[in-house]
Amino acid sequence: MSATLEAARSADPKSSPPAMSGNKVSVFYGAKQALFEVDLDIERHQVTSLIGPSGCGKSTFLRSLNRMNDTIEGCRVEGKITLDGQDIYDRSIDVVELRARVGMVFQKPNPFPKSIYENVAYGPRIHGLSRNKAELDDIVTSSIRRAGLWNEVKDRLNEPGTGLSGGQQQRLCIARAIATQPEVLLMDEPCSALDPIATAIVEELIDELRENFTIVIVTHSMQQAARVSQKTAFFHLGKLIEEGKTEDIFTNPKNKQTQDYITGRIG
Amino acid sequence: MAGYLFLAIIAFSLAAYFVGQSAGRKFVNAEGSAVHSLPGYHGAFVAIWVGLPALVLLLLWFAAQGSIVDGLMVAGLPADLTAGKSPAELSLLLSEIKNVAAGQVFSEPSPDVLAAAEALLRWREIAMWTLVVVVFAVMIIALIAARRFLAPRYRARNVVERIISGLMIACSIAAILTTIGIIVSLVYESFEFFRLVPLHEFLFGLRWEPQIAIREDQVAGAGAFGAVPVFAGTLLISAIAMAISIPVGLFTAVYLVEYASDGMRNVVKPILEILAGVPTVVYGFFAVLTVAPAIRQAGGLVGLGVSPNSALAAGLVMGVMIIPFVSSLSDDALKAVPRAMRDGSLAMGATRAETMTRVLLPAALPGIMGGVLLALSRAIGETMIVVMAAGLIASLTVNPIDSVTTVTVQIVTLLIGDTSFDSPKTLAAFALGLVLFLVTLGLNVLALSIVRKYREQYD
Repeated sequence: MSATLEAARSADPKSSPPAMSGNKVSVFYGAKQALFEVDLDIERHQVTSLIGPSGCGKSTFLRSLNRMNDTIEGCRVEGKITLDGQDIYDRSIDVVELRARVGMVFQKPNPFPKSIYENVAYGPRIHGLSRNKAELDDIVTSSIRRAGLWNEVKDRLNEPGTGLSGGQQQRLCIARAIATQPEVLLMDEPCSALDPIATAIVEELIDELRENFTIVIVTHSMQQAARVSQKTAFFHLGKLIEEGKTEDIFTNPKNKQTQDYITGRIG
Repeated sequence: MAGYLFLAIIAFSLAAYFVGQSAGRKFVNAEGSAVHSLPGYHGAFVAIWVGLPALVLLLLWFAAQGSIVDGLMVAGLPADLTAGKSPAELSLLLSEIKNVAAGQVFSEPSPDVLAAAEALLRWREIAMWTLVVVVFAVMIIALIAARRFLAPRYRARNVVERIISGLMIACSIAAILTTIGIIVSLVYESFEFFRLVPLHEFLFGLRWEPQIAIREDQVAGAGAFGAVPVFAGTLLISAIAMAISIPVGLFTAVYLVEYASDGMRNVVKPILEILAGVPTVVYGFFAVLTVAPAIRQAGGLVGLGVSPNSALAAGLVMGVMIIPFVSSLSDDALKAVPRAMRDGSLAMGATRAETMTRVLLPAALPGIMGGVLLALSRAIGETMIVVMAAGLIASLTVNPIDSVTTVTVQIVTLLIGDTSFDSPKTLAAFALGLVLFLVTLGLNVLALSIVRKYREQYD
């Protein structure tokens, strides 16, 4: 693994190579093509936001980054997606291992019907990340702390995770996702089911998490993309229309469609 | 004759419908949208007023006619025919007259009986024609009255809807009343039984020998009504059945939900449903003609003496019978777990097996439990397989290759053959039935409440 990483580094000496990179990625649902030859790099320790109107393929792209599209029958991915230079659709890649390295947070908070502790301990347990109970406790508490949930739940770790408020549930899901120490964290509209206050808390959290993780976020809110991300990619009708630094996209879009979308004329 | 009358009422109601409907149309033509109800409701209103009272009258008439006509005929009998006769002899005479009237002559009837039979036929004819006249009179009066009600603002729709909802209530009440009737008869006969055999002896006694003499001159044992061996037999067979059906059904459901391809599911599911549709008597043959001898031979090979009617054979076949129950209810419960749970677990890097055992099964457990309890109550109440494949001798054993008997088997054998409703032998069947009913009722209530609670969790 590290050898590949070194190779990738030496191949691209100008800066640190992207964490993930998509090369002519096309996705088909049966006969219908949902994504057309998308080329997009996900930079390390940055937040990349994917924006665009509903049905534009941004969630499809996101889900192809940790192969969650595999669970949809009739879904087919063409092109190449690499994680640290390694093709994730290669036969040698174990999808279970991939998903441990590329975590995901969903649109609707989906805590398991287990205690708060067990929700966060789920990943470490299935991946055998701890040797004993004390280590597991450490992972769980530090994950909950990093998700900014510790003060709210420290006294009730054994109560069901489903009993938390929506915003707390979403942060619990983030804690659950980071407990496996992924390299990349995918977020599919993580705030769309939350109220403005909970949204602000989660956005702040995303900004903090950037230090340790590479984050890709799908969002419908242009303001959110502008607030949290360093890089923005605009999708429309399954095609990547424009990508670049977030400030450039929002202040000086090159493409007419991008301009129309961010000023609210389409979408 | 009654059938024709019934058809006539239907036809007349249909005609009344068109009368009402055409009246409704006239209102619409005259007043447009100011009319309250659609023409169809006017038609239905008139049809109901014509048909319903006539039908009720018909039913009441037939319920009362028999005894009234008999009374009139008996009153007309010559005095010397009835004088000094006991009620039993009178009823014998009455049925002889009825037989003669119906043309079933077994021996040459006396002239008095012939005359009485003729009188009976005459009375019946009079009653019938009176009925026809009365029914038609009622229908015509109802038609005229209902037609006079109709007006553009008349709320025919509301009346029709109220009557229809009344009809639906009546239907549901009929089902409830039947259930109550069954319970009452069970409780009453059981009460009779417990007057003869003390409750504690029935519930805790260890000997079950119900074949006692029901007539003075019969030679039979003294009898014992301790039902514990019977309950134990039911439990043993049910336990064997559940031991088969829970794992097989559960694994089937897990496979179908998580692993099977669409093509496989489309083949396996219908086959399982066929398994659920096989008549239990066919399972019975299978148990007694195929499974039991096979177990006996297999036991013989390893030197075990397996009785011809073993609990194992009946339990195995019953287990196979309830596999579809467990699998289809578990399948539903697993499918009801939101997709978000499954995706969440898979996105954490869990394998499908980990997702199933750590997330889906725990989340679906209440629903699965409900399914298992329903299957258990089915197993306990199952009759045909055990009648054919389990034994009759109530032995208190947990050895599956012994012969045991079950509650349902005992009920069947107690009520077959010579019976008399003042003997504990017959009444015991009702006491067993009551216990069976209470147990399965309790299981069903428990299962349904678990399933319902579980449904609320995700909706």
